[in-house]
Amino acid sequence: MIKRILVLTALTIFFVSLSATAFCKELVVYSARKEHLIRPLFEAYTKETGVKINYITDKAAVLMQRVKAEGQATPADLLITVDAGNLWHAAQEGILQPVSSKILSENIPSHLRDPGNRWFGLSIRARTIVYNLQKAAPNELSTYENLAEPKWKGRLLLRTSKKVYNQSLVAMLMTEHGEAKTEEIIRGWVKNLAAPPFSSDTKVLEAIAAGQGDVGIVNTYYVGRVLKKKPNLPLRIFWPNQNANGVHVNVSGGGVVAHSQHKEAAIKLLEWLSSEQAQNLYADVNLEYPANPRVSPDPVVAAWGKFKQNPINLDNAGKFQVRAIQLMDRAGYR
Amino acid sequence: MRNAICLNSEYVCQRSRFPVWQKFAGYLDTWRFITYGLALTVALPLSVILWSFNYQTQEIWQHLARHMLADLLLNTAVLAAGVLTATLILGVSLAWLTGVCDFPGRKIFTWALLLPIAMPTYVLAFVTLGLMDFSGPVQTFFRAWFPASTGWFPNVRSAGGIIIVMSLALYPYVYLLARGAFRTQGKRAMEAAQSLGWSRTSSFFKVALPMARPWIAGGLLLVLMEALADFGAVSIFNFDTFTTAIYKAWFGFFSLPAAAQLSSILVIIIFVVIAVEQKARKKKRFTQSGRSEGQFDRIKLQGWKKWTAALFALTVLLIAFVIPFAQLLIWSAEIFNEEFNFRYLGFLWRSLFFALLASASIVFCSILLAYANRQHKDKLSRFCLRISTLGYALPGTVLAVGIVITITSVDKQLANILKMFFGYQSGSLIQGTITTVVAAYLIRFMAAGYNSVNSAMHRISGNLDEASISLGVKGVSLLRKVHVPILKTGILTAAMLVFVDVMKEMPITLMTRPFGWDTLAVKIFELTSEGEWERAALPAVALVLGGLIPVIILTKQTEK
Repeated sequence: MIKRILVLTALTIFFVSLSATAFCKELVVYSARKEHLIRPLFEAYTKETGVKINYITDKAAVLMQRVKAEGQATPADLLITVDAGNLWHAAQEGILQPVSSKILSENIPSHLRDPGNRWFGLSIRARTIVYNLQKAAPNELSTYENLAEPKWKGRLLLRTSKKVYNQSLVAMLMTEHGEAKTEEIIRGWVKNLAAPPFSSDTKVLEAIAAGQGDVGIVNTYYVGRVLKKKPNLPLRIFWPNQNANGVHVNVSGGGVVAHSQHKEAAIKLLEWLSSEQAQNLYADVNLEYPANPRVSPDPVVAAWGKFKQNPINLDNAGKFQVRAIQLMDRAGYR
Repeated sequence: MRNAICLNSEYVCQRSRFPVWQKFAGYLDTWRFITYGLALTVALPLSVILWSFNYQTQEIWQHLARHMLADLLLNTAVLAAGVLTATLILGVSLAWLTGVCDFPGRKIFTWALLLPIAMPTYVLAFVTLGLMDFSGPVQTFFRAWFPASTGWFPNVRSAGGIIIVMSLALYPYVYLLARGAFRTQGKRAMEAAQSLGWSRTSSFFKVALPMARPWIAGGLLLVLMEALADFGAVSIFNFDTFTTAIYKAWFGFFSLPAAAQLSSILVIIIFVVIAVEQKARKKKRFTQSGRSEGQFDRIKLQGWKKWTAALFALTVLLIAFVIPFAQLLIWSAEIFNEEFNFRYLGFLWRSLFFALLASASIVFCSILLAYANRQHKDKLSRFCLRISTLGYALPGTVLAVGIVITITSVDKQLANILKMFFGYQSGSLIQGTITTVVAAYLIRFMAAGYNSVNSAMHRISGNLDEASISLGVKGVSLLRKVHVPILKTGILTAAMLVFVDVMKEMPITLMTRPFGWDTLAVKIFELTSEGEWERAALPAVALVLGGLIPVIILTKQTEK
């Protein structure tokens, strides 16, 4: 009896393993952008071109480590991830290769891609200020820096500093103001907190809506998502720093893996993702802004109005990331 | 016969002096190699992690030591102490009540109290937060009806909050093992105690509890490892523990070596805890006393006692399972139409498939390992044994990296060999196969399987082995014909623990799964990391229901 079970188990393992390894001829994408956000695109691409796409999702750092460990034998062709800091690190670690493509340089504005053309932003995510319209007025608000003022004491809500979006925001502040001034700002934020930092933007929004605090800093698509479900919540978006450098934007994007076996096909996919037809799908599925300036955003997103983007190259988000984290730790921003 | 009268295990090692035993001794060596082999399998990824000490990470350590480490260590100690105390009290008291006493609803509580084991800690954490935090329905209700109570509600995202959540999610480990111990103790011991004129209370503390020690310790050890290595629940609560530093080193500072170095500290702590516990109980025996294993008479609780017992069990069940599960169901119902599609059947099936395959392999290895450990108690074997169960102590993601690095390097070697000898250019051969995934689970969850099999093995008296051997039943047949039937409860318990653990497992599945092999846990990861808690309720419900299958089988089999 035991023997029979053992043989059967062994056979099952063997056959299933065989069936699972047959993936050689198709494009392979490692993606830190989540499955429900990329799957519709891959399906559309396969339908249009017949190229089958295999993908695996995980955290950005994990996927990069995996590509590194696999080295030349990596099955990965394209790496897609969120946050410019992550993309910068991927380029830095040498796991992405430079791509010269006219289509990509035309479709993606230069501050949203690597100066060395190793990664390209595919959607824009604006990290902006949100307020509870019953408890704060838009004329009280002006800049990110202003949230450090004493008048916001006990009114500010933030997500944890462990989230890379905040690390990039602080890194970009550091490029503008330098380390000392930025640390002062962050200390001000921490002093003004109405509750300990939250684990997600959604929780920040829920807490602002419930009145635990009056203002917070979040990515706009979370606002879109929350309002789609409960349109009556007293949440409004404010575009900060319009008289200064502009709203902090980040990207999700991708690059061709250095040891890709299908470089041409991978570039084609990347180009397609930056094209007008794909850009709508790419951004709209998550209520983000298309990176391609010729594509207009989803009506829900467009209704939030136009705003000035911070034009400083996102490369800096990566360059200053480590120092930004250290700064936030020093300032007691958990 | 000589062997019939030898009682202590040390004697086994001396046997090879006698010619009759020469053949047997060779056989015993095969058992040794099982221990070595398993230890080696686990040691490979562990040594990849330890290898990290070759890298310079001074800057990160300095930064952590200066700004974080003190708080982190304090938080971790508080968390570990709190969770251990709470799970010990909850697990043991409930095990005693349902295992030995009788009170209204006992039969239902017996299996129902196990249900929380199917609920991953991170799921319980996000449900609790959804319900209890400032913007959740409970506090909103209080603010609406008792405006005076504003500010009175304690902060949920605190040490107390996370300790409660973790204890409620983890107490079933202690409950399950302690209950098994109480059930198999036999009535003789308690009778003896009471014949000495001890009260029930003092015989519980002086006899029943010490006799159940290996089981309770085994359960607590699992709890400790889970609590120390947890990242999901603590990050949902934004409660910084030692794992926070590990993930910060990797995901923030992009230094895997620093993360690995920090993780190995966790491993060392667990290693020491195991060693101390084993040393402390080394001299003790926990076999059943006497032959009368029959059903002992339950202690029938009377009057207010029985209602208090019922109320206590009911409260735990409500808070740990019924209410959170109901909340999950409500969220799922809200999004069911837009979220559900037939791919979910695939997620469920793959979760079950991995869990089944992994629990079969792990239980099989656990039995061999426990038997090998019974035969050999020398230092090397014991050391190897401890190594083979260490995978549970590491944060999943870090262990997963160790495994992936090991696998890819084995893959490279294989490819080189194939190319050299056959001129065949192959891609990766073992990465992204089911075998690899199962091997990874084995490395991670050996402790869950081994602890319950081994503590059940403690119940089998050495005399039984001697008697069997004298009748010519030895080696594999001794294990198969004599031990395995007696171990049935322990084996089923191990199978269930591993099954449920694999269902809940996230980082290793994420990193080693073949393309397209998404499971329920993977789906939950994707949705929760985008902050979509409510949508994650659907896969979470499926995960809990899937995890209930073995819980039901276990209770059916052991509660006849």
